[in-house]
Amino acid sequence: MNLKELKTLLKADIIFEGQGYSDDFEILNACGADLMSDVLAFSNEKTLLLTGLTNPQVVRTAEMVGIKIIVFVRGKDPQIETVALANQLDIFLYSTAKPLFEACGILYKYGIGPEEMNYIEPPNI
Amino acid sequence: MQKQQIMCKEIESFDFQSGGEASSNLKNILRKLGVNSDLVRKTSIVTYELEMNVVIHSLGGEITALISEEELEIRVDDVGPGIEDLDKAFTPGYSTASNEIREMGFGAGMGLVNVKRYADKLTIESSKENGTHVKVLIKLF
Repeated sequence: MNLKELKTLLKADIIFEGQGYSDDFEILNACGADLMSDVLAFSNEKTLLLTGLTNPQVVRTAEMVGIKIIVFVRGKDPQIETVALANQLDIFLYSTAKPLFEACGILYKYGIGPEEMNYIEPPNI
Repeated sequence: MQKQQIMCKEIESFDFQSGGEASSNLKNILRKLGVNSDLVRKTSIVTYELEMNVVIHSLGGEITALISEEELEIRVDDVGPGIEDLDKAFTPGYSTASNEIREMGFGAGMGLVNVKRYADKLTIESSKENGTHVKVLIKLF
């Protein structure tokens, strides 16, 4: 799925699209979460995050794991600080009126699979 | 092999606006040093979880990063009040964070669990008197 298809499927509004935007930007995997530690447990890059949280730490969390696109669900508008940080880090922001479950379901139906979790065995401390 | 300090940054308690900046700085430094992207991501996650722990749970602290050819060392030291029960703190889902913090997406009780998952070696000491001192080693090869 590419970014243009994602926006169409979720009827997404654009909040911020930065440098390097392309309709053809490929979305390989996604995660839906309202807990930042759950997002940080994912391991691969090129991920899309769907979330109901709108504070700047969502963007900061995305930066840490290499997430390039964030979609805010249920029509939520992010805080000004959140958009400013996304601008600084060149992370694209969108908003959809759909709730998290439905938005994830649509993307799953159209071919975006779940992210592989990193199941590295924890060392003994 | 002697380690070279590449970052040292003060972290303020409850500063959710700047929280994460130290981790972001370190990520950029490691990229510039040519560290492989998987290791940069691993380090970023570890540092960010620990940095937000300082913001959320402590009265303030400091993050220091050191590097040698073989490994990266992250030290996170805060001034207290310490972790009451270290065993519980490593239990997935256990958290002492307030509802306000949870509403921001933190306090899931997975922070130290994530740190442990990505660290090659983790040591943690904590007391009411001396605060919490975390040392993480990440092998570069």
